[in-house]
Amino acid sequence: MNYHTLAEHIPSLRRYAIALLHDRSRADDLVQDTLERAMKKFSLFVKDSDLRAWLFTIMHNIFINQLSRRREIADTDGQTAQHPSAQNVAEEMIVARDIMNALQQLTDEQRSIILLIGLEQLSYDEAARVLKLPVGTVMSRLARARERLHALLNDEAGPQLRRVK
Amino acid sequence: MSNTPVIRDEELHAYVDGRLKPQRHEEVKAYLAAHPDAAEKVRAYQQQNRMLHTLFDRVLHEPLPGRLENTPPAPQSRRLFRAAAVIALSLLTGGMGGFLLRGEVTHTVTVAEPFTGRAAVAHAVYTAEILHPVEVGAEQETHLVQWLSKRLGHQLRTPDFTSFGYQLVGGRLLPGDKGAAAQFMYQTSTGARLTLYVSVKDRGMEQTAFRVQEENGQQVLYWVDDNLGFALVGDKGRNQMLEMARVTYEAMSF
Repeated sequence: MNYHTLAEHIPSLRRYAIALLHDRSRADDLVQDTLERAMKKFSLFVKDSDLRAWLFTIMHNIFINQLSRRREIADTDGQTAQHPSAQNVAEEMIVARDIMNALQQLTDEQRSIILLIGLEQLSYDEAARVLKLPVGTVMSRLARARERLHALLNDEAGPQLRRVK
Repeated sequence: MSNTPVIRDEELHAYVDGRLKPQRHEEVKAYLAAHPDAAEKVRAYQQQNRMLHTLFDRVLHEPLPGRLENTPPAPQSRRLFRAAAVIALSLLTGGMGGFLLRGEVTHTVTVAEPFTGRAAVAHAVYTAEILHPVEVGAEQETHLVQWLSKRLGHQLRTPDFTSFGYQLVGGRLLPGDKGAAAQFMYQTSTGARLTLYVSVKDRGMEQTAFRVQEENGQQVLYWVDDNLGFALVGDKGRNQMLEMARVTYEAMSF
């Protein structure tokens, strides 16, 4: 593997990271970290296995590690880690912002599952490998995540959307 | 292999994600036809996937930020080439002053107009709404048109799409880029929905003839006249969308 093969996957890694983090500069940090680690660890990559799923696995691991580090910092600071605003992602559109908000209200895991499967179109097996969960668990959590997102968009976000006058 | 297959909840999700074997896919499809509740769920989840693509797919076509740019130019240049081809084509079709779009301009590597993006997102969001797809319903059509015309500062009209099988459901007011935007929703007897998005023209919007853009299987047919930008969003074929755009154009210009 070289940067050529990796490079093909950068746009979709970025898409996932931006949707996951709701913050472009942190998303690009995450992509960069992922690429660097992938280059370093390439000897561990088993040829003929799925490069894309492997890259998502690396990204997910970095994301999880950062989360726990951020939580520690938040604990000592006595404040929760905030997602900085990301106007340039959400554009100025209120509707888009409401979907973003609904996504951000999911747990990190729910968001990962919905995005990996619904947006990045990973198979359930691939998603299970990325998230290190049994396939059955991925599927039941996917179901719960989608129900929750649906509820957020219709019950909670609904009145907000309709307030747009 | 029974005639009334039991469908598990997770199979509904697999159906949404296109992960079922063809035969099972058909069985689930038949099941959904007979079970409106399940069908409703499936539609909502499909809509979620579409919304995600509508919101985030544009990232795929963005130039990479400098620090990720250490990449060899292979995929990038292919993309640029395609973008250039699209621009060249649209200049051509626009330049001919033709009403009809003749070129195969379906690749949307260029974000043609930000307002078409807003139209597509608004379409995805509100066609998925079961209870409140519109703010003002078609039964108050006169009021609806007056209200939206007033808010946009231009006289609007609702095109008549009955010959295409679409009835007006109603409309709503939305935030546009600079000012207000309006969305009219139409629906067939089988529930297929189509939206017409109208936005006040701002400096960034160039006057164009009819253009087609495709976003996740939705055709976005758009044009910009002196004062307003219009975008028809639906999943009908291009020819029918074009016909409907023409009807809209005529309705709006009296």
